[in-house]
Order: sequence, then C-alpha cells, then structure tokens
Amino acid sequence: MSIAEERPIEATEIVDEDEARRARARRLDRIGKWTLPVLVMIVTLFLWDRLVVWNEIPHYILPGPGLVFETLIKDWAILFDALLVTLQITLMALAVAVIGGVGLAILFTQSRWVEMSFYPYAVILQVTPIVAIAPLIFIYVDSRLAGLLLCAWLVAFFPVLSNTTLGLNSADHNLRDLFRIYGATRWQRLRYLQLPSALPYFLGGLRIAGGLSLIGAVVAEYVAGTGGIGSGLAFRILEAGYRLNIPRMFAALILIAVTGVVIFAGLSFLSHMLLRKWHESALKREG
Amino acid sequence: MPTAPETLSGNRPEVLRMEGVDKTFAGNVQALKGMSLQVCEGDFISLLGPSGCGKSTALRLIADLIHPTRGRITWTGGQKAGDLGVVFQEPTLMPWATVAQNAWLPFRLRGKSYNSVKDDVLEALKLVGLEKFQNAYPRELSGGMKMRVSIARAMVTHPRLILMDEPFAALDEITRFRLNDDLLELKDKIGCTVIFVTHSVFESVFLSDRIVVMAARPGRVIRELTVDAPYPRDDSFRTSSEYAAHCRAASDALHQAMDLAA
Repeated sequence: MSIAEERPIEATEIVDEDEARRARARRLDRIGKWTLPVLVMIVTLFLWDRLVVWNEIPHYILPGPGLVFETLIKDWAILFDALLVTLQITLMALAVAVIGGVGLAILFTQSRWVEMSFYPYAVILQVTPIVAIAPLIFIYVDSRLAGLLLCAWLVAFFPVLSNTTLGLNSADHNLRDLFRIYGATRWQRLRYLQLPSALPYFLGGLRIAGGLSLIGAVVAEYVAGTGGIGSGLAFRILEAGYRLNIPRMFAALILIAVTGVVIFAGLSFLSHMLLRKWHESALKREG
Repeated sequence: MPTAPETLSGNRPEVLRMEGVDKTFAGNVQALKGMSLQVCEGDFISLLGPSGCGKSTALRLIADLIHPTRGRITWTGGQKAGDLGVVFQEPTLMPWATVAQNAWLPFRLRGKSYNSVKDDVLEALKLVGLEKFQNAYPRELSGGMKMRVSIARAMVTHPRLILMDEPFAALDEITRFRLNDDLLELKDKIGCTVIFVTHSVFESVFLSDRIVVMAARPGRVIRELTVDAPYPRDDSFRTSSEYAAHCRAASDALHQAMDLAA
C-alpha cells in the first residue's frame, strides 16, 4: 500500500507550513482589500468631525461631515439633477472619445502617411490645457451642450487613441506573417488579428479616458459658467461658493468623486469580463 | 495533360522547385546564394546548418514573405489557397481564441464558416491528440500542447507543403522526442510533405529522408545527404547503428559547414 493510500489527503487540508502561511496571507489580503480603506475613511471622518468641533470652526469655512451628509440629503433634488447633467456630458464625451479614438487609431494603422500627418496634432491638442482652449470653444460653438461635449472629448480621446494605436501595432509579428501566408485581406487582418491584440491596450486607455471625460466635463462647465436649469455639478459648486454655502460645495464634490469612482469601477469590471479568459492581466495565479 | 517532371524522389510528383535563388538584404548582406532545391510529394527535407546560414531565409522565400533577388521558386501546377502550412519556432497562437478557433484560422481567412469545416478542424485536432481540448484557451496548455495546436493548424487544409522553422527548439528534450515521434506518425497517416529547419543533427536524421546541409556567409547549400532508412521509424531506429552512422555523416557535414564559415 502506498503512503498516499494510507493517509488520504483531504482537498481542504493544508499540507505544509509554507502553504499555510500563503493561504493565511491570501485570506488577509482579501479581507484587507475592503476593510482597510473603510477603516481609513472612518478614522478620517472622525478626525474631521473632531477638528471642526474642538476648534469651533464655523460651517461657512469648514462644515463637519455630519452637516455635509445632511446637506446631501436636503439638497438631493438639486444635486441629483446636476449630477445627471454632468453624467450625461461625461458619458457622451466618453462614447465620442471611444468612437473617435478607435476610428483615428484604425486610420493611423492603415496608413503610415495619415499617422505621420496627424499624430503630432493629436499630441498638441492633448498637451494644451483644456482651460486655455475652452473659452475659445464657447465663443465659436453656439450650442452649450456641443461646447461642453467638445471640451470633454478633447481631454478624453487621447488615451484611447494612443493606447489603441499602440495595441493595433503590437500584434505578434509571426501571426502577421501567418495572416500574409494565408492571404488575409486588410480587413481580415484588422478584424481577426489587430483588433483583438489591441483590446487590452484599448481597455487600459478607456479606464483613463473615463476619469478624464468627467474631469473634462467639470472643467468645461466651470468655463462655460452659465447657470439655471440644466446646469451640472460644477456650476452648483461655483454657485454654492458665491453664496458661501460650503456644505453644498462639499456635497457636490463628494458626488463628483463618487461618480469618478463608479465610472472607474464599471470600466475595470468591463475590462475584467472581456479579458478574464485569456489575458495575463486578468488571470489569477497561485503563489 | 502535362507529364510530371522527372524527380529526385523516384516517380513521386514534384511539388516545388527552387532554382539558383539568391537573397541579398539591405546593406549588401547576402543571406542566400545560388540555392536550388527540388521538393517532391512525401519528402521530409531538413535544412541543417549553423546560425546565419540562410535556413530561415529559405523558408521565408518559399512562403513568399520575401522575394528572391535572383533565381526562381515555382510551385508545380501553380500555388492555390491552402497549399502551404507553416509552423514557427513559437506556437504563434491567438491567445484570445480557443484551440478549435486557432485551428480554424486558415479556413476562416478563406471565408469558410466554422460549421462548414468543423469536421476537418476536429479531425486535425484528433490527429495531434487534442480533440478533448478544443474549447481550451492556449494559456491552459503546456508548451508541447501549444505546438501541437500549431501543427494542427498548419495541416488542417491538407496543404501540399508544410514549412517548419525549428518548431521544437524551445521545448525540453522529452517533449521534443515525443513530438518527433508524433510528427512521423502524422506523416505516415496523412503523407504530408515537409521542409523542416533545425540546428539538431539527431533530429534531422531521425525525421528526414533528405538533409540539406548549409553553410553561412554567404548562406548556401554545401551537401545533400540521403537518410534511406524506411518509415515508420521509432525508438529502435534511434538506437540503431544505422542511425549512428547517419548522425556521424550529418555531423561531419555540419562541421565542414562551420569550418567554411569560420
């Protein structure tokens, strides 16, 4: 009878000290990933609150977290409408950034001449601060929505363009040769080889673009500066600032931050779902 | 109907012929000089030589990835889609596609739907022993299994010629031996014609019926050896005195090639 038969090893039994240590570390990692940031937030909120109470800071300078939360609930109708406006511009800008960025990237990889001609201008648009371009845009573009969208798009499209171009050019050279040997058309090479190769790069760019389109939308609203119905969160912050309604400023700021986190998490999840079966970045490895 | 040209390999019909092929790259680097080669149906030809002797250049020329500076490469009866299969040194699989989708690629690029060629794809996977892994992704396979998928893809269209560019060089010795055996078994089953690039004397003798020994600077053919041991070959061939004698002859020719390049 072999040793293994004499002492059957349970699937759940940890076989050595090293493995036990690793399993403990994995368990702690899993717990820590959620509990630590929550703990940091609780401690920060507590210290924030105590700072305000102990120093008797007036609420028009620094409101306590409780008051900010109250304001968030009290002003929810105004803030939620504003959030929807900002979110609408952000998502539209992101969609246009994806279409424009991927479209331009495909064009660039189909023709070196097009890439050489236009890539420098894409870089110039990217490196010029949006706050410097935005006033001009609002002079020349009549529609407020179109102006906001253009600003947000200008900020967001470059990571998509740059990453997708890199991805389309990163297809394995042996696979390229294989496609040539099998007489693939340009379209087949793009569809079956270059686009799947570019997917992880594109998704990386998309995650950056998600955050940037929110930043672009907020900055554009600041510059546009028009109020009334149909104004976004940035305008509500400006307005609250003029009225020294600091709790509402904080509440709007929190909403913007939460929106950014939700967009990032959503895009990370999308990326994980699309890559989980084959890409190194989405695979779980032991040890 | 034109009669088949007279061939080196008895009365087997010719597949492809290289005549006085030169290849000079930019910077006046002569990668290949005056290479002539006749490939007949059922041949297993190894190109054996040191690095830089133009073995891979010859394969790229045959695959039409580069064009000869001088000379001609002609397919007897013309080349049609699916006539050529290629296996590279790396498995070169699409990581986002399953094993079956990878093997389907040559058909897919000819506009054939998966369902219309499913039987061929599964048959090819069965021949390399991977029919149970048709839905697996390349990352789930070992190095040897990935190479089997690559071989299945190369032969799925029943090509007239398969080019193999040091396909087993990156594998461990045991896997390499097993794949050598499997390759000969495949040759026995489907009667494919192969040009096989290798650094290994032992591999070239075990697999081929003709060994083309090449020297570097400039890349050229210096000797052509015939391994007349009958197929199928197995482990008993590997330990035979006949095998040892062929290895010695190939090894001598390889040393001569290296001396010429020194």
